[in-house]
Amino acid sequence: MRALSELRPGARAEVLAVTGESGLVQRLHEFGLFEGEEIEVLALAPLGDPIEIRLGNTRLSLRKSEAAGVSVRPL
Amino acid sequence: MILTKTLTVALVGNPNTGKSTLFNALSGLRQRVGNFPGVTVEMKKGQFSAEGKTIDLIDLPGTYSLAARSPDEMVAVDLLLGRRPEEPRPDVVLSIVDATNLDRHLYLMSQLLDLGEPVVVAVNMIDAAEAQGIKIDCTKLSERLGVPVIPIQANKGVGLRDLMRAVFAAAESVPSPQRPVFPEAFEKEIAALQTEFGNEVPGFLTRRFLLDVGGYIEHWLLGKHGDKLRQKLISARQRLTEAGCAVPAVETRTRFGWVRSAVAAAVVKPTVRPVTWTDKLDRILTHRFWGTLIFLVVMFLMFQSIFLWAKPAMDAIDGVREKAAKALESAMAPGPLQGLVVDGIIKGVGSVLVFLPQIMILFGFIAVLEDCGYMARAAFLMDRLMSRCGLSGKSFIPLLSSVACAVPGIMATRVIENRRDRLATIMVAPLMSCSARLPVYVLLIGAFLKEGYSSWVPGFVLFGLYMIGFTVAPLVALLLKRTLLKGATPVFVMELPAYRRPAIRSVLRRMSEAGWAFVVRAGTIILAAMILVWALLYFPHTDAAGTPYYERIEKADQEAKEASEKIKGLKESGQEVPEELEAATAEPDRLNGEWKRNSLLGRAGLFLEPAFRPLGWDWKIGMAALASFPAREVIVGTLGLIYDVGDVDSKAIGDDTADEEAKEKAAGLTKAVKDDWSKDPVRGKYGVAVAMSLMVFFALCCQCASTLAVIRRETKSWLWPAFTFTYMTVLAYLGALLAFQLGAIITDAVG
Repeated sequence: MRALSELRPGARAEVLAVTGESGLVQRLHEFGLFEGEEIEVLALAPLGDPIEIRLGNTRLSLRKSEAAGVSVRPL
Repeated sequence: MILTKTLTVALVGNPNTGKSTLFNALSGLRQRVGNFPGVTVEMKKGQFSAEGKTIDLIDLPGTYSLAARSPDEMVAVDLLLGRRPEEPRPDVVLSIVDATNLDRHLYLMSQLLDLGEPVVVAVNMIDAAEAQGIKIDCTKLSERLGVPVIPIQANKGVGLRDLMRAVFAAAESVPSPQRPVFPEAFEKEIAALQTEFGNEVPGFLTRRFLLDVGGYIEHWLLGKHGDKLRQKLISARQRLTEAGCAVPAVETRTRFGWVRSAVAAAVVKPTVRPVTWTDKLDRILTHRFWGTLIFLVVMFLMFQSIFLWAKPAMDAIDGVREKAAKALESAMAPGPLQGLVVDGIIKGVGSVLVFLPQIMILFGFIAVLEDCGYMARAAFLMDRLMSRCGLSGKSFIPLLSSVACAVPGIMATRVIENRRDRLATIMVAPLMSCSARLPVYVLLIGAFLKEGYSSWVPGFVLFGLYMIGFTVAPLVALLLKRTLLKGATPVFVMELPAYRRPAIRSVLRRMSEAGWAFVVRAGTIILAAMILVWALLYFPHTDAAGTPYYERIEKADQEAKEASEKIKGLKESGQEVPEELEAATAEPDRLNGEWKRNSLLGRAGLFLEPAFRPLGWDWKIGMAALASFPAREVIVGTLGLIYDVGDVDSKAIGDDTADEEAKEKAAGLTKAVKDDWSKDPVRGKYGVAVAMSLMVFFALCCQCASTLAVIRRETKSWLWPAFTFTYMTVLAYLGALLAFQLGAIITDAVG
């Protein structure tokens, strides 16, 4: 089990749990990011933060501090 | 008959769904912006007729969910529930969804079903879905969801007639009872809470109260009912967690489960997701190196265009203004009315219109960047940098634009959804060194830091003055975010939408809307400020003997003309020119100076001189600074009047292409400032320090009525412009104080 914030571009993973501030968790859920979903890390911004991920046809930009609360299982 | 009644339809959808495109396609040109007191959101309303019926269409701000977390988000929910006094409850809710991303978009649609109003689903971008091999059976989807589902292509106007027919049919039908089924434990808690609230809280809001931890409804109801309700809420959520359906996960699981089973039955997707254009483009555009490089090029182009492309248009507007002023000046008799029309109104209108080219070019860029999906990438690339001053990547473009001019920059903050971030960005945008400061800098650097200095000094000082803004703005932003605008960390998760070709029509529409909004809402305030300062410089308009100055000036002008004829004749015949003839040619400018010095503003300058003294200023400099309230560059013209060199055009300062007469006047002002200061013991000795103090003041102050007017327009409150003006003036005063005192010490030390 690892945090989403630790993954490198190109990595795929399955989401195990989403934790963090309630507003953040709810927003991630609304985007469809919750347990059992598969995600792919696409890119890191120039200063290493935020990260770009894709789930299905949705692409999201997440700050590392936000991605730290998402635990994943790399595929 | 229901047919005579106007049908109210609310348009709801995620951002980047083509919602605005659909809105524009349906309502055409009959649109207006609806205002909602107390919040910064604007909603557009359009009215149109179809099949003999009149429809009021309300375009709600794009949202991912009805879980409101701020007053701005709550407006949309209240409007849908008919809880806003300004608008009737919608008869039909039109939900627009993206065909390429049905699951996520139907999530919001499933929340709309809970409102208890008829819902119609418009599946947009059906062509893009087909290109990806996604086949949607709308009839089957409609059966599963219990609402009409109409495929459309908003950008091509395909399917709109069917859509409107479905809306009319829905308006006369009973809302479908089909919707996601929540676990029994959850419904039990809702029932208990509803008994508690009774009729005070609609069922929809009771659900949101239980579901949205830390949400707007929670704050509102707990603030109203206090600790007893808080205890109930906590234990209800506790029981739900124990029952295995914790909030907010229970909602997403239930809704996505329902939506996905419907989609699975009605949609055929390729087993392997095809590589899309967006995939390919993002590999480059969000790449650490290439993405950054392309971003810098895009920003450079945008910046250049605000500066350069706008210039011919701005010059043209200025030219027309000057011609109009001249024509009216000669057509009208001298007097207060002529002064009001020529120097107050014409100048005021001109100074409003002159912003239009920059605003429209910037909004053209923003519209293209947003429509094609690049704006979110720009925010992604710049987020880390901006997070250092407590902001997010979305603040980058507004602040960069403010280097050209804060007015379009502040309007560009509309892309920032978070209210506190947006306010902080607005507050610091005027600190970015805008182009109106340049004439002040060039004038004073030319007068004091050119002759007798190495050739690199003027450029270095100019660079330093620009750096003041670039360093102070982030610091102030950080300070504001830590104090006045402190609050819970907002969610920075941002969607990076699929790339799309921007539609020229919508870009043009955005440009004209931005321009129009500026002229109507900010223009009136700017005009008022211009007229006020004109009046303060005009009155009293008679000398001690009661003769109006304009009469004396008219006479002196005549005499000056005759005198210069005589001088010409004398010079040609090689004779000496008597002094009184020379004096006569300078008399009109001297009289004008005397008039301004005697004006209300001149007297205010004199009265405030003790406050200006620590900055090394005399009352004349102070008065010119006061008079520049409408716009910074006005100080150049005012200094010209006070120093008896006549009206100087600020654009001629440092501009080698200006015409000879304007250049001569500009050079005359540089010399006059230098001469006047050299006569005074303080400014004679510490000329450089005074010049620095004045320049630092203008780097930091908010002497710009247009900026304040546009802040008022964007924040819908006088509080924020008042705050901006106050903090920047205090900052400018302290900066100028420091500059003069340090400069004086250095001058003394160097000897």
